[in-house]
Amino acid sequence: MNIVCTFCGSVCDDGIYEEGKVKRLCKLGSSKFSIENKQRLKAPLVDGKEVSYEEAIEKAAEILVNAKRPLLYGWASTANEAIRLGVILAEKLGGIYDQCASVCHAPGVLAVIEEGLPGGTLGSIKNRAETIVFWGANPMEAHPRHGVRYSISAKGILVKDRKHRKVIVVDVRKTKTAKVADMFVQINPGSDFAIFTALRSILNGNENAVPSEVGGVKKEQLIELANILKNTKYGAILYGLGVSQSRGRDRNVEAAIKLVQLLNRFTRWVIWPMRGHYNVVGAGEIPAWEAGYQYAIDFSRGYPRFFPNEFSAVEVLKRGDCDAALVVASDPAAHFPAAAVKHLKKIPVIQIDPYINMTSLLAKIIIPSAIYGLEAEGSAYRMDGVVLRLKKVVDSPYWTDEDILELLLKRVEELKR
Amino acid sequence: MLYIKNGIVVDPKNKIKAEKMDIFIKDGKIVEEKDVKKSECKVIDASGKLVVAGGVELHSHIAGSKINTGRVMRPEEMRYVRLVAGKFRACVGRILMNAPAIGYEYAKMGYTTAVEPAVPPIGSPHTHEELDSIPMLDKLALPVFGNWHLVLKFVAEKNIEKLKAFIAWALERTKGFGVKVVNPGGVEAWMYGGNMKSLDDKVPGFGVTPREIILSLVEANEKLKLPHSVHLHCNNLGIPGNYTTTVESIKLASKFSNDKRQVLHITHVQFNAYAGDSWRNVASGAAEIAKAVNSENVTIDMGQAIFGPATAMTGDAPFQFTLHKLLGARWSNKDSEVESGAGIVPIAYLPSNPVHTVQWAIGLELGLLCDSNKVVIATDYPNGGPFTEYAYVIAMLMSKKMRENELKRVHQYAQKATVLPTIETERTLEEVINMTRSLPAKILGLENKGHLGIGADADVAIYDMNPLEVDTSSEFEKVYKVFKTALYTIKGGEIIVKDKELVKEVWGRTFWIDATKKVDPSLIKQDLEDYFKYYTVEIENYGVDEAWMRNPQRIKVV
Repeated sequence: MNIVCTFCGSVCDDGIYEEGKVKRLCKLGSSKFSIENKQRLKAPLVDGKEVSYEEAIEKAAEILVNAKRPLLYGWASTANEAIRLGVILAEKLGGIYDQCASVCHAPGVLAVIEEGLPGGTLGSIKNRAETIVFWGANPMEAHPRHGVRYSISAKGILVKDRKHRKVIVVDVRKTKTAKVADMFVQINPGSDFAIFTALRSILNGNENAVPSEVGGVKKEQLIELANILKNTKYGAILYGLGVSQSRGRDRNVEAAIKLVQLLNRFTRWVIWPMRGHYNVVGAGEIPAWEAGYQYAIDFSRGYPRFFPNEFSAVEVLKRGDCDAALVVASDPAAHFPAAAVKHLKKIPVIQIDPYINMTSLLAKIIIPSAIYGLEAEGSAYRMDGVVLRLKKVVDSPYWTDEDILELLLKRVEELKR
Repeated sequence: MLYIKNGIVVDPKNKIKAEKMDIFIKDGKIVEEKDVKKSECKVIDASGKLVVAGGVELHSHIAGSKINTGRVMRPEEMRYVRLVAGKFRACVGRILMNAPAIGYEYAKMGYTTAVEPAVPPIGSPHTHEELDSIPMLDKLALPVFGNWHLVLKFVAEKNIEKLKAFIAWALERTKGFGVKVVNPGGVEAWMYGGNMKSLDDKVPGFGVTPREIILSLVEANEKLKLPHSVHLHCNNLGIPGNYTTTVESIKLASKFSNDKRQVLHITHVQFNAYAGDSWRNVASGAAEIAKAVNSENVTIDMGQAIFGPATAMTGDAPFQFTLHKLLGARWSNKDSEVESGAGIVPIAYLPSNPVHTVQWAIGLELGLLCDSNKVVIATDYPNGGPFTEYAYVIAMLMSKKMRENELKRVHQYAQKATVLPTIETERTLEEVINMTRSLPAKILGLENKGHLGIGADADVAIYDMNPLEVDTSSEFEKVYKVFKTALYTIKGGEIIVKDKELVKEVWGRTFWIDATKKVDPSLIKQDLEDYFKYYTVEIENYGVDEAWMRNPQRIKVV
C-alpha cells in the first residue's frame, strides 16, 4: 500500500506500508510510522484526569471563549483541513494565529516581501538543474532522501544523473552534505550577507571592489564560484536555516534573492528554502488565502493584522500578551526561549497532538489525535508548495485534528452566540 | 420557492429586451409559473428594477499558488480592511483579496460564476483547496497545456489521438474544465532564458512551433467536443508590436468550424494588442485585431486595465521576468516540474503614464470595435486591476460622453496613439448584459448559466435601475453606481445579497469535464509511465479526487 511520509518537508510519496512495516522511507520517516514504542495517551486529559473527547473539547471551548486574546500556535505538522479550521477559529476568537515558521523560515517571508521569490518546484530542479548549491543547508541529515529524489543524485529527464550535475555546498562546517559535494566553500559564521554581496559585485563586473578575502573565503574562490553560477544553464540555490537564522537573517535571504535576480540576467537560476516540518508550508499557505498573511496574525480587532515583531508567538508570550493558548502539533515548551515558556506556564494551555511532549507537561488539557499519513487522511504542502494527499492506512481510536477542531469551532461559535 | 415580481428583464440569450416579466424559482432552477405555488413563494418586488442572470466571470485569477504568492509578497495589499468578522468572514485586500472577500465581492456585484483560468497541473490540488474556500460562486478551473512536455512530445509526433487521450486524462486528474494555453512553447524556452518571438520559432528540445502547438490542441479539443474551446494566452504578450502575432493566432481558427461556439478563445487581448516597436512609440493595434476577431470564429475577453494598483501574475514566466526588469519591481517565479511556469510582479496603472493610458484605451477599443457577441468584459484580475470595477467598464462602453470626460484627465498620448477618441459606438444595455452573462456562458458551453430561461440555474441579479427610463448615454454616473453593487443577488435560488448587503453565505459547485469515455486511455499508458519516472510524485498521487473537493460537479462529454 502506498503511503505519503509525514516527517520532513520532502513529503516523500513513494513509501510502502505492508503489515505494519515501512519500506523505502528514510530512518526519520520510518520512525514516524513505527508507533509501538511511542508514548501516547489513551484518552484526552483535563487537569490530569481522563475524559471523553466531547468533554475535553467542551472545556477547551470554554477556556478559549473566556480568554481575551488566545494564542493559536503550531500547525506545521498537521493537515491542511485542520489548519484551515485553526485560522477560522482564531478569527472567531479574536485571537492570534502563529505557526512554527515564525521561529524558523519566517525571515525568508520577509525577504519575499522585499524582493519576491524566483523559484521552482522540486521537479523542475530534479529535471533541469545542472548545478545545485546547498547554502546553510544539510539535507543529507535533515532531509535524508532529498538528494536521491529531487537534487543531488536524482535522475532527471534533461539532467540525467549525478555525473551530469555539480553540487556545491556553502556552510560554516564540513557537513555530511559537504562530503558528497563537488565543491565545498567554507565560510565564517555570520558572513553569508557579505558573500552573497561579493558574488553580486563580481557578476556585476565590480570585481575590483571585492577585497582579497570575504567571510573567510579567498577572492579567487569567490570568482571561481561566480563563474560556475554564471555558466550554468539552469541552477538552484537551496538554502537552509544557516542563512535565515544566522546573523543578518532576512537580509541574508534578501541578498541571496538579489543574487538570483542578477543571475537570471545571464542564465536561469531559481532559489528555494529547505523547509523543515512536513506541512509547515501549508501552515503558511492556508492563512495566506484565508486571512491574507502567513504567520503572526492578530484578529483582536475582528480583522487580520500582520506584524512579526508584535504578533509572533514568542513575542506575544514574552510580553505576556495572551491569556490562553491552543497548541496544535508542535512543542513550544521545548523550543521557545525560557522567557516565553515562563508565560506559557501561567496560562491555560490546550494541546492537540498525537504524542506527549514537553508542552504536555504544562498543558491543562491534552487531546491526543490520530497521526496523519498513517491513521488519518488529509492534504499537505511539500516544501515546494506541491500538495500531496496523506493516506490513512490503519484504523485508530483517535480523533483526527480536523475532527477535534471542527467540533471545537462549532462549540466556540455556539458559546459566542 | 421565489417569485420575482414585475421586474424589467433583459435576457439576451432568450431575446428578451427590457420586458416587464415575472421570474419563478424552485429547487435552484428557473421554472414556469405553473410549477410553483405563489402563496408559498417568497416574493421579491422588482417593480421598475433591472432583472438579469447572475454574472459569469470568464477569466479571473482567483485561486492557486500565483495569487497566494502575490498575497504573501504584497502585505501592503492586504492591509485594506473590507469587512470585520461577524456573521461573515473577515475580509481584507485592496486589489488582491483573501478568498472569502473574492466570493463576497463578486456576489455583491451580481456575479455568481467564475473561472480560474491558469492552473499549473501539478498545483491543481492547491487551486481546488483555495477555490473551495471561496464562498458564493460556482467555479471552474482551466489547467495549462501549452508547455507541458508530454503535449510537446505528442505535437512533435503529430499524434492527435494521443493528445486527445492526454487532455481527457489531465482534465480528469486536475478536475479541470478546459484547455488553457499560455505562451505556447515560450515558457519551456524560458527555462533556458529564451522565449518564442513568433508562431514559427522552434521550441528548444522539441522542434515544434507555437503554431503547431495551438493547431494540434485546437484539433484535439474540437475532436473531443469539449464544452469550452481552447483558451489561448498568445505569444509575445506585453511586447510592443505584438498585435501582429495576435492577428496571426486568431487566423489559425479558420482551419476549424463549429456551429455551436467559437473554436478559439483569445484571452486578455489588451495585453496582446500593441503596435509600434518600443514603449516610446507604442500604439493601439486594437482596430486590426477587432477586424480579425469579427471575421473569424473566435471570441475574446478584454483584459481591461483599470487605473490604480494591480498585480501582474501569469503563467507567462518569461514575460514576468521582462516586466521585473522593466519596472525594477519585486519578482516571484515558479517553474513547475516540466509542465509550466509562472511569475508575479506588482504594477500600477497611472493615468499620467502614456503607456498605461494606451493600455487603458486599448481594452475599451476592443470592447467597442469587436462584435458585442464576441467580446467579454474582464480585467484579467488582478493583472489589469480589480474585478470590482466592471461597473466602470460597463459605463464607459455605454457612454461616449463619459469616455470624453475620462480622456480629458488621462495622458494626451492616447489621443494620437489610439482610436478611442474617434469611436462613436455606445453599447446598449442588452449588449453589456450579453458581454457579462450570456456570452461568457456560451463561450464556456454552460447551458444553464448566463440566462433566465426555463431550466436555467437560478442565479439572478437585480439592479436598482429601470432600463426603460434611464438614458445610459448621458446618465453614466448612475449606470456606474447601479452596476457597482446589485440590489439583490440570488445564487442557486437563495438570496445572498439583499438591499446591496450580504445576507447569506452559500457554497457553489466546481464544474469539471470528464471526457475519459471518449478516448482510449491505453494509448498513453506507456507514455505516462515513462514520463512519471521523472516526476517528483507517483502517478497514483498526481491530481485531485472528487472526494477531497467541497462540491464537485462532473460534466460528462459524450
